[in-house]
Amino acid sequence: MTINEMHAEAVAGVVDRVVARHRRDPSNMVQILREIQEACDWISPEAIDRLQATLGVPRTKIEGVAGFYAFFYTAPRGQYRVLFSDNITDRMLGSKALIDRLCNNLWVERGKVSEDGLVSVGQTACTGMCDQGPAMLVNNLAIAGLTAERIDQIAELIRGKVPLAEWPAEFFQVEDNIRRADILLDSDLKPGDALRAARARAPSDGLHASNMRSWREGLPTGLGGPAATLDEIKRANLRGRGGAGFTTGLKWEACRNAPLKSGQQRIVVCNADEGEPGTFKDRVLLTRFADLVFEGMTVAAYAVGATKGFIYLRGEYRYLLDQLNAVLARRRAEKLLGENILGIPGADFDIEIHLGAGAYVCGEESALIESLEGKRGTPRNRPPFPVTNGYLDQPTIVNNVETFAAAAMIALNGGDWYAGIGTKASAGTKILSVSGDCARPGIYEYPFGVSVRQVLEDCGATDTQAVQVSGPSGVCVAENEFDRIIGFEDIPTAGAFTVFNKTRDMFQVARNYVHFFQHESCGFCTPCRVGTSLLRNLMDKLHHGAGSPYDFAEIERLNQLLQSMSHCGLGHTACNPVLDTIAKFRPYYDKRMMQQDFTPAFDLDRALGAARQMTGRDDAAAHLATEHGGKA
Amino acid sequence: MSQTFTLDGKTIPFADGQTIIQAAADAGVFIPHLCYHPEFKPHGSCKLCTVKVNGRHTASCTMRAAAGMVVESDTEEINAERRALTQMLFVEGNHFCPSCEKSGNCQLQATAYHLGMMSPHYDHFFPNRAVDASHPEVLLDFNRCILCSLCVRASRDVDGKNVFALSGRGIQTHLIVNAKSGQLGDTDFTLADKAAHVCPVGVILKKRQGFAVPIGERKYDQAPISETVGEGQ
Amino acid sequence: MTAPTKKLKVATTSLAGCFGCHMSFLDIDERLFTLLEHIEFDRSPLTDIKTTSPDCDIGLIEGGLCNAENVHVLREFRAHCKILIAVGACAINGGLPAQRNHLPLTTILEEVYHTSPGLANGMIPNDPELPLPLDKVHPIHEVVKVDYFMPGCPPSADTIWKVLTDLLAGREPSLQHGLIHYD
Repeated sequence: MTINEMHAEAVAGVVDRVVARHRRDPSNMVQILREIQEACDWISPEAIDRLQATLGVPRTKIEGVAGFYAFFYTAPRGQYRVLFSDNITDRMLGSKALIDRLCNNLWVERGKVSEDGLVSVGQTACTGMCDQGPAMLVNNLAIAGLTAERIDQIAELIRGKVPLAEWPAEFFQVEDNIRRADILLDSDLKPGDALRAARARAPSDGLHASNMRSWREGLPTGLGGPAATLDEIKRANLRGRGGAGFTTGLKWEACRNAPLKSGQQRIVVCNADEGEPGTFKDRVLLTRFADLVFEGMTVAAYAVGATKGFIYLRGEYRYLLDQLNAVLARRRAEKLLGENILGIPGADFDIEIHLGAGAYVCGEESALIESLEGKRGTPRNRPPFPVTNGYLDQPTIVNNVETFAAAAMIALNGGDWYAGIGTKASAGTKILSVSGDCARPGIYEYPFGVSVRQVLEDCGATDTQAVQVSGPSGVCVAENEFDRIIGFEDIPTAGAFTVFNKTRDMFQVARNYVHFFQHESCGFCTPCRVGTSLLRNLMDKLHHGAGSPYDFAEIERLNQLLQSMSHCGLGHTACNPVLDTIAKFRPYYDKRMMQQDFTPAFDLDRALGAARQMTGRDDAAAHLATEHGGKA
Repeated sequence: MSQTFTLDGKTIPFADGQTIIQAAADAGVFIPHLCYHPEFKPHGSCKLCTVKVNGRHTASCTMRAAAGMVVESDTEEINAERRALTQMLFVEGNHFCPSCEKSGNCQLQATAYHLGMMSPHYDHFFPNRAVDASHPEVLLDFNRCILCSLCVRASRDVDGKNVFALSGRGIQTHLIVNAKSGQLGDTDFTLADKAAHVCPVGVILKKRQGFAVPIGERKYDQAPISETVGEGQ
Repeated sequence: MTAPTKKLKVATTSLAGCFGCHMSFLDIDERLFTLLEHIEFDRSPLTDIKTTSPDCDIGLIEGGLCNAENVHVLREFRAHCKILIAVGACAINGGLPAQRNHLPLTTILEEVYHTSPGLANGMIPNDPELPLPLDKVHPIHEVVKVDYFMPGCPPSADTIWKVLTDLLAGREPSLQHGLIHYD
């Protein structure tokens, strides 16, 4: 047997085990590929051969999915795959020097695999550790709080080929950093209490064998527990916490009222694909309050009549998988999940965790559903919406982690209680992920209505010039706006609150965000696929000193186009950071408008470099001076 | 067909379930498009067919017509946006029309003519893309791929073969074929496949057929693409 | 077209092109006489004048940018011409010469001067008289601001005629079906 054959055989063994564990179901493709890679370090052509044979799906489909997700490798990337988080906060904390240090230490070029095939060092989008950066992922496991010393230790472990499982446990320690708690982060909900309260709200609700229809089908409005629960959610005026702020009660009701075809069920999905740079509150909720979140999902299932649930957990939070599965197992043992929940015949609901694999766009609910179905994470054409045609074409609600946590508290304490918190337009609390230039980065929960200034004061921010609220797709708030409030009526947010003091160059902040969008565009629609690359090139052009008024006009034009023609929110918002910073921090751009006249984006003299090298010439004619090219 | 909407002021009747672009085509009104093909499930990715419905931009190939909709299509604003999209497609790939056998029969080119595209405007990406000549009958030139996925849909939905798919992400998105070698010659693709005949640009080309019709006398040289409305393509 | 009091100065050149666009220009045939009532040629292969006057009205550029000399000429045209027009596929998207762009220049020079069969001890020409090639061929709008474009390989005589007469009449050039061609 040749080495290749032995390899193929070993890979086949892995693939068969993984495929069997996933019931040979191609809709688990993303999970299957992830597990194969965890075992084999990459997804080899041999693995795809076997997968094609055992799953019975065409190779094109497998390769199409594997090629979409940044964390899947169809070429070897080493036994140790290091990815540095590349959020602006990581950079502010000195990540660049640490990357160089690790690369030098390991004799590896950034983005490449070392010659011995042992290690690769690259970069990835924000890994959700902004309050404890700089951070990295090693084989998709998070390491935060990086220092030069830690980098040297890591280099030594890699060179010594020490298995990841034997690395010091403190390397993988992730802090919660809860700085301000309110109704959610102060919750001491006992598992099951919210469910019991929901049920008690309408004692004759039909959570009984004699009326199992109530769980599966719901009852007419105003009757029974599910409807009563839905009423509480509506009365609470709860709105989605993922950023869009859709009214939760309406979404749940639409799902509950959506007709079921034969063999279909309703689906509850928890969106834990917390990918917006600067956001990390869902990580803390799932670390410390997993029961609250699962309880909220179960309440939702109860209200809409769902029997199946998913948590779509971003791949960067892979380290949470085992502990979350343990919580789910305990809840099953406690009869809070599974069949006959709380001992009620017919009350069936269970939750499965799916991991993402490095694709921000999967935070968009229809892309998330595509990914759950084992496909490329491309946002769907809408209508129809997920509430009627979601996961495998079944009625589906997708809500943020925090929304479910709030729903559990509403089920427990009632909608009126919740509506009394916050402001008139924005009920309840909001958890903020505070990072950047402040003394106490971490998690802050406030009733809606808190001012930006108050948050800055609480987190110990001084000399602040700007706050990016809700990440790159959100809004950049300048000093004269610090009295604005967090709330749907003023500054809506998914939770990111990134602070920049007056030493920071807001142009570089915007440029970092533009690179992020370019990297994360799914490539489905023309305007976003090409437009985000064009925008990145323009920002790089300004950065390199070749910017002129012409390029400003181009940015404006692109923004207009992306907003009107893009397929989804990613494209619609990709220009936001640039427009905001141009409007509010113009001097940072003026400083870069080195040229009054049109100037090429590339360096003409450098473009002669290869020819100079090949001919050995260095005379005057072998160079091209920088010169502009006509009125812009 | 008692229901109607208006398109640039003209009353357009439609049947239940029809999309805007379908109803418009039936009424003889051309809306520019590249990834849309009347025989296949709409994809909605090229965005060329974007119109304004009651003031909001939306792809007309995926949006169902509804009674009373006010649709704008042939306006200077929307055509300028469409022109920018064609320019993006031109700079994203390597589109050298003079040396392309599809020239004159190419929908991208004809659409760009229709929209009055005089230059690609943006800086070119000049990507490095391979040509696949492994198949005995068909040549694949990925340089011209605009990722419309018509071949993907035709192969999957009509031929039942799944010869093509999109892989990669973002600006790296690219067409792949169903073979471990990545070569078309190692697939079960044949010239008789529907997928061999749906490419709107010059990616999927029959071999050994060049200049049978001289440049200047080809389909869109004869009549602008707007006059082909309602044809299969 | 009424006869202008002062003739417009038109300069033309071919950078990395094949002079096919210039040939097409000549294909406007007897209309050249009408044109010459309104314009005079400045620097152009038609006049063999080697430098542009600083007060040219219209510059017609055929071909893309392949080497350092192309850049110098283009910059001179941009500096001296009020209106700069990219003429033909190569000026507009690099055209045929740009089809080398996916290859590293070092590989190309290596192949052409060192490793091609029949070359013995070949060497890459390094005479300072020769312009150095750029690593990629670029369309001209990537290096200077271009005012108008005439697509085509080449643009037909009718296209060239239409654009020039529109400009002479003070109109924005506009090409109907049949006059816009990329091939």
